[in-house]
Amino acid sequence: MTETPPEGGGKVENPRQGGDYAPSVAARVAVWHKAGGIAVPLLTTILAFFIGGLVVLATTGKNPLTTYKAIFEGSGLNWFLEVGSYEIGIPWTESRVWFPWDTSFNSFAALNLQQTLIVYVSLVLTGLAVAFAFRCGMFNIGGQGQYLAGAIMAVWIGSELPGLPGFLHILVAIVAGALSGAIFAGIAGFLKATVGAHEVISTIMLNYVALWVGVFLFGLGGPLQNDNEGGESVPVSNDVLEESKLNVFWGDPLLQGLHVGFFVALAALVVYWITLNRTTLGYEVRAVGFNPEAARYGGISVARNYVLAMAISGTFAGLAGTLDILGWQFRLNTNDIFINSIGFVGIAVALLGRNTAIGVALSALLFAALLVGTSTRNLDPEIFRPELASNLTTLIQGLVVLFVGADVLILYLFGIRRRARQRQARTQA
Amino acid sequence: MDEPPVLELRGITKRFPGIVANDGVSFDLRPGEVHALLGENGAGKSTLMNVLYGLYTPEEGEIRIKGTPTRMSSPRDAIDAGIGMVHQHFMLIPVMTVAENIVLANEPTRERVLLDYDAAAQRVRDLSDAFKFRIDPNARVEDITVGQQQRVEILKALYRNADILILDEPTAVLTPQEAQELFEILGTLTREGMSIIFISHKLNEVTEIADRITVLRRGKKIETLPAAGATEESLARLMVGREVLLRVEKGASTPTEPLLQIQDLHVTDDRGIEKVRGLSLDVRGGEIVGIAGVDGNGQTELIDAIAGLMGSDSGRVLVAGEDVTNESAKDCLDTGLGHIPEDRQRRGLVLDFSLAENLALHDYDSQPASRLGWLFPKRLVARAQGLLEQFDVRGGGPQTHAGGLSGGNQQKVVLAREIDRNPKVLIAAQPTRGLDVGAIEFVHRRLVEERDEGRAILLVSLELDEILSLSDRILVIYEGQIVGEFAPGVSEEELGVAMTGGGRKEAA
Repeated sequence: MTETPPEGGGKVENPRQGGDYAPSVAARVAVWHKAGGIAVPLLTTILAFFIGGLVVLATTGKNPLTTYKAIFEGSGLNWFLEVGSYEIGIPWTESRVWFPWDTSFNSFAALNLQQTLIVYVSLVLTGLAVAFAFRCGMFNIGGQGQYLAGAIMAVWIGSELPGLPGFLHILVAIVAGALSGAIFAGIAGFLKATVGAHEVISTIMLNYVALWVGVFLFGLGGPLQNDNEGGESVPVSNDVLEESKLNVFWGDPLLQGLHVGFFVALAALVVYWITLNRTTLGYEVRAVGFNPEAARYGGISVARNYVLAMAISGTFAGLAGTLDILGWQFRLNTNDIFINSIGFVGIAVALLGRNTAIGVALSALLFAALLVGTSTRNLDPEIFRPELASNLTTLIQGLVVLFVGADVLILYLFGIRRRARQRQARTQA
Repeated sequence: MDEPPVLELRGITKRFPGIVANDGVSFDLRPGEVHALLGENGAGKSTLMNVLYGLYTPEEGEIRIKGTPTRMSSPRDAIDAGIGMVHQHFMLIPVMTVAENIVLANEPTRERVLLDYDAAAQRVRDLSDAFKFRIDPNARVEDITVGQQQRVEILKALYRNADILILDEPTAVLTPQEAQELFEILGTLTREGMSIIFISHKLNEVTEIADRITVLRRGKKIETLPAAGATEESLARLMVGREVLLRVEKGASTPTEPLLQIQDLHVTDDRGIEKVRGLSLDVRGGEIVGIAGVDGNGQTELIDAIAGLMGSDSGRVLVAGEDVTNESAKDCLDTGLGHIPEDRQRRGLVLDFSLAENLALHDYDSQPASRLGWLFPKRLVARAQGLLEQFDVRGGGPQTHAGGLSGGNQQKVVLAREIDRNPKVLIAAQPTRGLDVGAIEFVHRRLVEERDEGRAILLVSLELDEILSLSDRILVIYEGQIVGEFAPGVSEEELGVAMTGGGRKEAA
């Protein structure tokens, strides 16, 4: 047999030119993705931080490393570094023993970390929302709208139905919130499956639908505006009832501690991985994502998978909105609806995480830390200017997305170095 | 033949990451000869020609045009040096006329800015007449046949004063008649002093047209030999590096009852054109029925309608007696249909899936691959292990991505999947397209074995050789209808006439 030499799969056969064809950039990138794995996203992040640092240096003249250290501490991740001796609450003792982190529930780092993890919950879920659709070959830009759909439903259910027992109330609110996200995204999937409307366009449009529906519902004179005394002039919903609030398992509920939705987010990561890799549904979704024509030939209904994948995407995003409402926001006002962009950050999370469960888990942590670490609350004007703070987050976010899109460029730069080395080796030889 | 060569390539080496596409290849072209470049897919033919045409820069080696070393850094340099290239896929603009296409980038102008169309048309007509091309300069490219389009490409090279012509697999898109016409044109051109490099992997046409033959194998030049005296067998051995069976060995067929029946089928494509127009045929168990035809006469639509990938307007399709007309692809497959699709990369395989996943493409949702929606990847791998061994798939294991395999091995994976499902009817659409001699041998042998197992095999191919050597009965499709039935002993000429609608009256 005349087989191509086993050179590591760098060569993709092209029917037109046979093996004479040089691997295309895309083919090489695919190989890199498989071989490099975490290398490229890591490089992307480092590069984004480097450029962000240059901006800090140029605009404020401050040392970027100090700035990044401040962000790190603002995110509470330094909590893990506070190795020392602490009271760990072993029954019947009050002696202090060595322990890798500060166990007192109200250390400053712990408070910050709780905030980071609260944001982490929504970013994991909105990231998964984008990632799942990606795996089916669709770009879901509607995470924001689906998030709002979930939030609106959750605040409504959560503030109504007073007779329901707490656990049931929470369950109903979560299911309803997730379901409204699913239906909202399902619309885009349905339009793609039936009339071929591109999901990018329809999800963007649906974002506005969710936004304005929310503004209408909770705005002045809206049907779901609060019925608090003197609340007619405040465009905000009713508060979620006490019994439908999620339990706080770490920190003080009054200081916005970490709610149990955290475990829902972790479970969602597992569910995501299992669905894609261990179910026939995931097989179909991936087949359609990689090659719809081959999937159709194999007997898979492409249309059905478009609708399903979008609905599952929307479930994740809707869940994010629901958990935010039941976990720490408890109400929705029109201003929040306008300025919230957590669904869009989900796009960056998915892109940097390469649409894998572990990738989303890691990149969501990065973005959550950035968002919390630069929030004005934690700023020391000595280190960098407050007005730069949140912009720096956006800047780094933007750079990451840009570089993820441009990692072909990064690989190309790699390639140049490699070729230069080869040339050098040859001339020496 | 003692004249100095018009073109010389010396020691060309071109590497791609992980592959040496050309390894010190030397090649020369004498004035007025047709020099064939023969080799399997991946042997390095196209790379060598792309180096010559300035599309690739070689790491080592030298190009000499009429004795002077020349650097080719872009196609412009090659054109200036008198080299014209006709790609396998034409580089023509369909909505423009022949003349416009030919003068493109070298337009005759009036007052330096306006295109002098009449002058362009006149020059094209002169050239066309001089070489007996019979091309109307004012016809639009989209309205002329593929064979004529190819001549337009050749004219384009002549218009640019090329005296060296590179033809990349020129007959791949032509009917036998058109190929004969092309060979006559090449004869005229060489008599006028043109030198031609003819790239091919078809042995019969190389021995027919070439003066000398250079064989490449795995990037290396194996031998340059005169065409006179070369046999197809000896060339195949040089190409593949071992003895190859060119003829399919098969016994007489023992047909049983009809397993695939198509009755008065009508199919309309996406653009609303009726591509299958009242087609009927039967394929019995234990026979291979070949469908011969020029591309675009409804073959694709016929296959898609049988396989449930395209709806039909009227008519019936029966697989093993069961009516599957307009059923879903899944139902057709479950009724006992196997389908080796025309395009294994676009349709037959998910290139980013592992081989194990690809092999499960039809039955991932039934036991043992899965149960109640739960997938068992280990079982997929275990099954793949056996199949890959059984079908001699090389270059990767169950976890290898399909995109990393060579074309021949990819096709074996498709074959393994379709045959392992034990189908009653097997549709083989272009089963050897783009494959090299060794892989073709394997696919053909396997198809005959499946026939002997009692399956009904419908073979649709544009390669007449393949139809002739495999089929027990040959049907000719023309404009969506079967216009003739022939026994396997029929001549290519007779088939060719029927394929272009000539044999309509005798239609069976």
